[in-house]
Formats: sequence, structure tokens, C-alpha cells
Amino acid sequence: MKQLLSFIRKEFYHVFRDRKTLLMLFGLPIAQIVLFGFALSTEVKNAKLAVIDYSKDADTKEIVDKVAASDYFDIAINLSSEKELEDVFKRGEIKAALVFPENFSGDLKHLNSAHIQVITDASDINTANTISNYLTSIISDYQLDLMKNSSVPYQIIPDQRMLYNPQLKGEYTFIPGMMAMIMMLVCVMMTAIAIVKEKEMGTMEILLVSPFKPLMVIVSKFIPYLVIALVNVTSILVLSWVFLGLGVRGSIFLLYAESLLFILTSLALGLLISIISDSQQTAMFGSLMATMLPTLLLSGFMFPVENMPVALQVVSNVVPSRWFYIIVKSIMIKGLGIADLWKETLILVGMTVFLLLLSIKKFKIRLS
Amino acid sequence: MRILRFLLQKEFRQIFRDPAILRMILVAPLMQLLILPQAADYEVKHIQLAVVDHDHSDYSHQITDKILSSGYFELAEETATYVQALDLVETDDADIVLEIPPHFEKNLIRDNKEQLFLAANAINGTKALVGSGYLNNIIRDFNNEIRLDWSQPGRFSQATTIGVETINWYNPLMNYKFFMVPGILVFLVTMVGTIMCSLNIVKEKEIGTIEQINVTPVRKHHFILGKLIPFLVIGFVVFSLGLLIAWLVYGIVPLGNIAVLYLFLFVYLVAVLGLGLLISTYSSTQQQAMSLSFFFIMIFNLLSGLFTPIESMPEWAQVIAHANPLTYFIEVMRLVVLKGSGLADIGFQLLVVAGFAIVFNAWAILNYRKAS
Repeated sequence: MKQLLSFIRKEFYHVFRDRKTLLMLFGLPIAQIVLFGFALSTEVKNAKLAVIDYSKDADTKEIVDKVAASDYFDIAINLSSEKELEDVFKRGEIKAALVFPENFSGDLKHLNSAHIQVITDASDINTANTISNYLTSIISDYQLDLMKNSSVPYQIIPDQRMLYNPQLKGEYTFIPGMMAMIMMLVCVMMTAIAIVKEKEMGTMEILLVSPFKPLMVIVSKFIPYLVIALVNVTSILVLSWVFLGLGVRGSIFLLYAESLLFILTSLALGLLISIISDSQQTAMFGSLMATMLPTLLLSGFMFPVENMPVALQVVSNVVPSRWFYIIVKSIMIKGLGIADLWKETLILVGMTVFLLLLSIKKFKIRLS
Repeated sequence: MRILRFLLQKEFRQIFRDPAILRMILVAPLMQLLILPQAADYEVKHIQLAVVDHDHSDYSHQITDKILSSGYFELAEETATYVQALDLVETDDADIVLEIPPHFEKNLIRDNKEQLFLAANAINGTKALVGSGYLNNIIRDFNNEIRLDWSQPGRFSQATTIGVETINWYNPLMNYKFFMVPGILVFLVTMVGTIMCSLNIVKEKEIGTIEQINVTPVRKHHFILGKLIPFLVIGFVVFSLGLLIAWLVYGIVPLGNIAVLYLFLFVYLVAVLGLGLLISTYSSTQQQAMSLSFFFIMIFNLLSGLFTPIESMPEWAQVIAHANPLTYFIEVMRLVVLKGSGLADIGFQLLVVAGFAIVFNAWAILNYRKAS
């Protein structure tokens, strides 16, 4: 026991001596909270628009003013014809153009209907989609203003509620996803590389021929990363509470227990990767392929799983972070308890056991 | 010159000798290019709808049918009570609940108005917003149909309509792959350039071979060029293979001049390799080099406009986004590949990236001390 403690102390010393790696381990969660919390949003603000107004009447002027007054748009330029549009798009100066045909007011008055053309730069689909949605709703507001005097019969009025996240904050999706990501990074990548490093430098052999049990060598390697991962969980929770006002609705104890389980899954995966790789570069490559990308892409955190091709949906089932993401989301935001999460928990336990058994088997093969 | 040739020979041999490195440099990025765009689709569709129909009238059936046949919604389950529907939302089996009140049809005709209740799971705000937007549109359409049924023609034509017609240029079918693939290719070239280059140099430090080179008559700039040129070549290879995949798998053919793209690539690679070099001068172990490159690439990646528009970021984040070489290449890719922009259109971006190339490399060379 005393021996184990001194080993653990040595490992801590190793990890904490390396300031640059620590900068990433502790800095990345903070940087990401700041980025996701304050800098990134799929919302469109200040999108630059061009206006081509062939009609130049009171109605078109009023619509343009309404568009310009919203936060979403800046009217960048007025063009006199559609021919000039191509050039501005090619220099990336605008995101969309609003085209009013000739005699707009006249059509509106006499025919009771008129048309507006929105031309978007769909090389950026999300922005294009959002812009045309915003413009459509600004214009239909204007239309409602016009109709105000005449009463509209047979109205179906949708009464809309936003559950769990009435202010529609982006944090609600990214904080759980980020926790999964950071733990993957710390536990899989860092441990895999740390263990392979000893192999590469030959110090692993020395450890293994010592009277010390191989299992203990591995355990002592795990402990510092486990502690760092737990500190990261805490700092993410505290930062998201202080800066973003997002607390934990469910049991915080359960959240930590589940995080610990996920940390173990990640450590087991890191161990397996380190056993099958021979150099730090291979280990890094292996962990990137096995953890970072699947977590980013297949866990449902960035992109909805149901949109993926069936083959990828199937693959996403073996990505541990997919289940952890569901767990954190359910505990933090929905306030669910273990009764609703036993299935996901069991899957993670199963994965951990499987990965550990596989590692032990491979480890023995390597040693002989 | 002769020294440089020998150094290059040595570097290429070292890289090609190790199958693991080769896989990392070539196979991994290309696999990612094949997989990533398949998954990266955040268009909102397949929305699971729970329906609570208290009315069971003709209209309530019509409206549900209309919603489910729109292509965006799938019926999760029809439940008897709102509470049961909420349970479905809790377990993620439903995204939106539609509750039709009792006597919906009767009240609508008698009182001239009636409410419908929508409740969306807003943990994913975008999905909730877009999904309920779709739902509102369908309800509005249905509403118009009813009015046509019930109103005298004169009364209805009172309503003024402004039709909005959207035309999507450069990607008329709104294909997500066209939007993601060029951006992801830039990301991959950046990863290979920065991480691989810095790891390679630091590895020499770690195993001590850099000391051996330092005692030979190899000059500082020879050593640096010997390191940069192979990765420059590899960057070109990765990029070309990526363009090939974009063409063969996704059917993306650059509209603009390919030579313009390669010219930009060259300047860009000099810049990111300079960044890799710079990171290597600040690291003494591979783990450090990897951590540092990872830290920066992660932030560069998120603040590049690949996932979210730069204009919507707060000022300080826009400043970082504009101090990020990735931003410019992603912009240039979209301009040249999708819009067919020419050299004159991307002159500004080219100049900025050339500036990065000079700054990163100069800083790295100043920081690199041969005689340590």
C-alpha cells in the first residue's frame, strides 16, 4: 500500500511538472465554456444584405427600413440591377439580396398581392436558411400590419411552450457534450500517451520486471488523470453555473457517480489503445480516431443522430460518449434520476468491463 | 543545396519507413473526409411528434395528417393525455407535443377562433425553434384552407398577401455536403500541417537526434527547410486526394480556377507549418507539442466560421476569428469552389495569410536556438 502511494505520488509529479500540458488540461474546459457560452451561436446577427429595388415606393422603403432595423441584418449596399449581384457574392461581401420587382406598391394595392425575391448565398447553408426564415417572418409581420383593420375569420392560434429551456440557450446542448469531450481527451488521450511513452523510452520494461505488480503500475498511472478529470467536471459545473446560470437540476451526487463511471470507461479505452500502440504518435492517432471524432460527431452533441445514414447510427451505439451525453443531459437539465437512466448506465458498465477484459488479454499476449 | 537534398532524403525516408505515421498522415484524413460530412448534417428533420387529440373531429384528423405528411414530422405516439405525452418527451421519444383541445372544430367555427397547444423539447434550442416554426407554418396553411372553405370569396380576398420567393444561389439543392466538405478539407490540411510538423521536430528533441544534427555543419535554415518541405509536399498530396474524394464521392467540382486554389494552399501551408514549427520551439516533449497544437487547433476550428457564422460572434471573438488562418482558407474554399471566384476576388485573403506565414516563421526561427 505504501509502495502504491509512492508510485501515485511519482505519477502526479510527472503530470504536474509538465506545465504546457496542464495548460491544456485545465485551460481547454474554460476556453470552451467561454467560446460556446459567449462566442458561438448558430443564430444569425448582422448579416450583410444587398437591396435591389426596382420599384422604389413607400411600401418597399418601409419594408427595407423594417429589415434594417432588426438586429439580424445590415443593409450593406443598394444595387441597381441583378447583374451586379454576382460580383458582390463572389467577393463574399453579402450573404443575401432582397429584390423588389417593379410596381410593388401598385400590385399590392390593386391585386392585393405582390412578390419579393430573396436570393441567398447557399454556399453557407445554415446562414442561408436562417436568413430566409427571418426575412419571411419580418415580411409577414408587415403583411399583418397591413391587414390589421380587416378582421380575420377562423383563426387557429398556436400557443407555444418551450420545455426545459424557455430562453432557448445553446448552453443546454453544449455543456453536457463538452463534459463528455473533455473527459475523453484527458482520460483516453493523455493516459494512452503517458503509458506508451514509458514503453517508448523503455522505462515500462523496468517497471514490469520490478517486484511491483503490473496492475498496480497501471492503476497508479490512472489516478492523476482521474483526479484531473474530476476537477474538470467540477470546473465545468461551477463555470456554467456562475457564468451561464445553468445549475444541476437533478442529484449532483448521481451526476458525479455517473461521471466517475464514464471516467473509468475512458481510462479503460485509453489503456487498450496504449497496449496496442507502439509509439506516442500511433497512440495519439488511435485516440483521435477512437474518441475525439466519434464524440464530436456521433454522440448527438453537434449533429442529430437521426439525420445520419443508418450505418453511422448503428456505429454511434458503440460510442461511449453518446450514452454519457444522454445521462448528463437528463440529470442536469431534466432532473431525472437513476430509475430513468439505468439502461444507459448499464451500457457504460458493460463497455467498461469489456474494454478492461480485452486490455488484460492483450496485455498478457504482449508480455509473453 | 547538397546538404538540403540529403536532409530531405533522410526526412522522406523517415516518414515513409513508419507505416503508423503514414497512416496518420494520409489514411486518417481521407477516412475523415469520407465519414465526417455524412454525419455533419444539422438540418432539422425527422421530428418526433406526440399527438394528444381530445377532439377526434374531422379537422383534428385533417391537421394531424397534414403535419405528418409534410416530410418533417414522424408520429411518435398518440397519447390520451398531455402528461403521457410529456413522459415521451422526458425519455427523448418525442420532440414536440401537439395538443388539440376538446371541441376544437366546433369552437373554431362558432367562436371564429380556437387555440392549439404546442410544447417543444427545447434542450436543443435550434431544433425546438425550427421544428415549431415548421409546425406553425403548416397550421397557418391549414388555417388558410379552412378560411377558403368557409368564407365567401369576397370576404377572403380582403387579405393582402406578400409572397416571398427564395432562390438559393451556388447550392440550389441546399446540399449540406457542398457546404461541409470544402471546410473539412481545410481543417484536415491544417491538422496534418500543424500537429505532424511540430510532433516530428519535437520527437527529434526528445530522442536526442537534434543534438546530433546540431553538431554537424548543417545550418539552421537547412534544418528548418528540411523539416518544412516534406510536410509541404504531404499537405499538397492530402489536399489533392481530398479534392479527388470531393469530386468522386460528393460530386463537388471546383467552379473556379484550381491553380488559384493551389496558390492559396501553398501560402497557407507555409503559414500553418510555421505555426507547427513555432509550437515545436516551445515544447520539449511530444505530449506538450500535441497538447499545445490541440489547444490552438480546437479554438481555431470553432472560431473559423466552419460551424457558426462569424458575424454573429461578439466583437472580441471576431477579432480572434480574424487572427485565425483557418478562417481565410475556409472562406476562400467556399468562394473558389462553390462560387467560382478568381484571384482578384481573394486577393485580400491571400495577403493576410501571407502575413501569417511571415510572422509565424520569423517568430519560430528567432525562437529556435540551434546551439542549446
